[in-house]
Amino acid sequence: MISTMHYVAVSLAMLLIGTVGLLTRRNIVIILMSIELILNAVNINLVAFSKHHGNAAGQVFAIFVIAVAVAEAAVGLGILLALYRNRETVQVDEIDLLKW
Amino acid sequence: MNFPHTFWLDTIWLIPVFPLVGAILMMLLGRYEFLDPQDECTALENHHHHDRGHDQDLRSPGGLRWAIGPLCSGFVLLSLLWSLGAVLAGRTEQILFTWVAGLPFPTFDGRPAVLAADWGYLLDPLSAVMILMVTGIGFLIHVYSIAYMEHDGGLYRYFGCLNLFVFFMLILVMANNYLLLFIGWEGVGLASYLLIGFYFKRKPASDAAMKAFLMNRLGDAGYLMALFFLLGIFGTLRFTAIEASAHPLLPWATLLLLVAATGKSAQIPLFTWLPDAMEGPTPVSALIHAATMVTAGVYLIVRSAPLFALTPEVGTLTATIGALTAVIAASIALVQHDIKKVLAYSTISQLGLMFIALGVGAYWAALFHVVTHAFFKAQLFLCAGSVIHSLDGEQDIRFMGGLRHRMPHTFRTMFIATLALAGWPGLAGFFSKDAILTSAWASSPALFGVGLLTALLTAFYMGRLLFLTFFSTYRGDVEIEESPKRMIIPLWVLSLGSIGAGWFASPFAAWLGATPEAHSWGVMAASSAVAIGGLGLAYHFYLSRPGTADRVESAAAPVAKLLRAAWYFDDLYEWAIVRGFARSGGAALSRLDQKIVDGGVNGVGWLTRQTGAVGRWADTWIIDGAVNLTALTVKLSSFPVRFLQTGFAQSYALVIVISLAALAGWYILRSA
Amino acid sequence: MNLDAFFFYAFSTLALGGGLLAITRRSAVHAAIALMVSLLGVAGLYLQLQAEFLFVSQIIVYIGGILLLFLFVIMLVNLDAGKSLRQFHKNWPLGAAVTALTGIALAVLLSRAQLPPAQQMPSTGNVELVADTLFQDYLVPFEVASLLLLVAVVGSVLLARKRA
Repeated sequence: MISTMHYVAVSLAMLLIGTVGLLTRRNIVIILMSIELILNAVNINLVAFSKHHGNAAGQVFAIFVIAVAVAEAAVGLGILLALYRNRETVQVDEIDLLKW
Repeated sequence: MNFPHTFWLDTIWLIPVFPLVGAILMMLLGRYEFLDPQDECTALENHHHHDRGHDQDLRSPGGLRWAIGPLCSGFVLLSLLWSLGAVLAGRTEQILFTWVAGLPFPTFDGRPAVLAADWGYLLDPLSAVMILMVTGIGFLIHVYSIAYMEHDGGLYRYFGCLNLFVFFMLILVMANNYLLLFIGWEGVGLASYLLIGFYFKRKPASDAAMKAFLMNRLGDAGYLMALFFLLGIFGTLRFTAIEASAHPLLPWATLLLLVAATGKSAQIPLFTWLPDAMEGPTPVSALIHAATMVTAGVYLIVRSAPLFALTPEVGTLTATIGALTAVIAASIALVQHDIKKVLAYSTISQLGLMFIALGVGAYWAALFHVVTHAFFKAQLFLCAGSVIHSLDGEQDIRFMGGLRHRMPHTFRTMFIATLALAGWPGLAGFFSKDAILTSAWASSPALFGVGLLTALLTAFYMGRLLFLTFFSTYRGDVEIEESPKRMIIPLWVLSLGSIGAGWFASPFAAWLGATPEAHSWGVMAASSAVAIGGLGLAYHFYLSRPGTADRVESAAAPVAKLLRAAWYFDDLYEWAIVRGFARSGGAALSRLDQKIVDGGVNGVGWLTRQTGAVGRWADTWIIDGAVNLTALTVKLSSFPVRFLQTGFAQSYALVIVISLAALAGWYILRSA
Repeated sequence: MNLDAFFFYAFSTLALGGGLLAITRRSAVHAAIALMVSLLGVAGLYLQLQAEFLFVSQIIVYIGGILLLFLFVIMLVNLDAGKSLRQFHKNWPLGAAVTALTGIALAVLLSRAQLPPAQQMPSTGNVELVADTLFQDYLVPFEVASLLLLVAVVGSVLLARKRA
């Protein structure tokens, strides 16, 4: 039987994958994608519990998370474009002007 | 004055305050230009004998110089008026405040007593006489000084010290206990020192001031020891509280009081300071060394009369000392050439007469002579001052003469005073000397004889002084004119006293509560004869047969030499004390100076260097170290923190994840 | 094994596998495609959880919107040119370790979790349910979200425009 905890486990795994990608990759676009993975993991969790509790609150929350993800992706890619124009690079460890 | 009588008695504390105010004012304000613009130091060479052409007139007689003299004289006048009021009002004792709080101690007899003294004034006939005399004659001399010291610098110092002197003298005579009297005693010594050394730039003047002060100090030592004896015997120092009763140790107390009086009143052996004190300005000599300070010793003994009456041995000693002093001083006066020195020795001699009277128990007679002597001796000094002033500083009588016509007022007043001092019948000195001689006769013929001899010598040397100064022809070369009126008027006022004071002998004695000896016509005749005879002899020696003096002198050359050297007293002291102390003391002091004083100074220098080194070390290590430590701390503590700011977004994300792990871990632990 | 479990495991594999591929590809385009696969898997999981509306919006919005945006930007920026460069950090083990640690901690927590008893969903359709909940209980956040989207639009346009 597939219980809620199974979905939660999947959510956790996806979260970890996304975190690893966030911390490890040098390419900004891949990092943004990892962030999308994390957000999806959260969504899975929410929807699983929505089913568990028997109301739609979790799903509504997931809708909002999608909306936020959209906004964040748009703005993030805009930043990336501006950054690329200035620095000619999308490797994140080359963008360290705020270094000490 | 419609004040109630008690007003005057309640305000007797004001009497010393007025001159004190004057002294303080002079002390505080005197240095300022507006008061005395003259450079005082250049004018200090004034009034030095044989100093021709030193006309140190004021370069800029400006400011408020003219006000100093009248102001201070005004203060003394106020004291005089208050004294008159108080004396007419009656007698009183007024305690102002307790000054020395009680310290319990046992007397010699084992009675418990308390060492306490208060600052209080006693107004009884004795002190009444003294305050009237001090303020009266003090006032006249202040007025005289205004004109006399006109051309001098440092006027504020002069009048300030004069006022200070009057203040202390009033404290002395108004005190109601021995301790307060001592304050006045020391104070007049101080004022005398300041005034004798008025022309302090001259070495003789400052030396004389020192000599006077040191000799006084010897007397003061005696006074202090007497105080202890008095405390031990009676347990109290207040005059009204001492009940005179015989005590085995009482002679010591009175003896020591006699020592004190000897120092202050210039008796043998402590008299050599008085002739040297003539270095001061002449009005000072008149006030301090004729009328008031030197009579403080007499006052002390009269005040302690009940005690002296119980110790006849000390009385005998007093009379002996007085007799010796009288004769020796008179003999020295015979050969003096300086007007003021003649008068100085004359003062010493007259004080000797007073001590004779004290010694035989005729206290009122001594006091009477104090009063009359104050009049004519002050007058004599002021006349001498007038002469000196007119002669531009000349004081040697060998260079005077014939001043009778050029300075008529001075001559006349000096003449009156000379007669009074010599004891011309009818004048003041006659009566007071008569009182003394009468009591001396009643006690011991030897004393009477000495007194008579003194009177003869007195008449002789005063005559000599008068004739050489005012008669025959002028032997100097200075333009002479009579002194200004401001100086002459006090002379005439004093002569009133010289003439008339003598007639008040009986009321005086009665007021003091003493019974005078019965008049002896024999004594009167003897003293009159001696007075007239002495003057006549002087006339013969110096006027009618000039040259007689020189012949007699060469005939009795060794005697003359002895007299000229003042019986070698000064040389004795010089050899025994001064040289002795100087030699041994000087070497010791020099070693002291080198080892201890210089050592101390060097030690301080060494210490400063060491503390400087410590300071350097402290500065380098502690202060700079602290600063460096701060910088180092910042550097070290920022080291790990610095790396948080990588500018690297992923490391921030790392931190977020780490904190997530930490949070999870905390939850685990919580639920564990 | 019943159908439920089979589809669950199938969709989970797509989701997780796609995610793994996405973070490890050298080429950004490959990573984007892998992400698309992952998102499809997630959408399948939604369907299995009876969240039909979310299933559809996930495909339309997420894949059709965001992923497309990613692809456009990848092509604009010519990201594949950096294919030859190093892909991972110098100290990637640290990130991996930290993540592992976090994973373990969270797993432990989850294993201790005690869920309340499961409830039944209402029998109305999912869209209806979602609409009811959204427009009755969460109206204000809905409006705020639209504001957020407005800000995002304006912001991204501003950020990405060419400087004249």
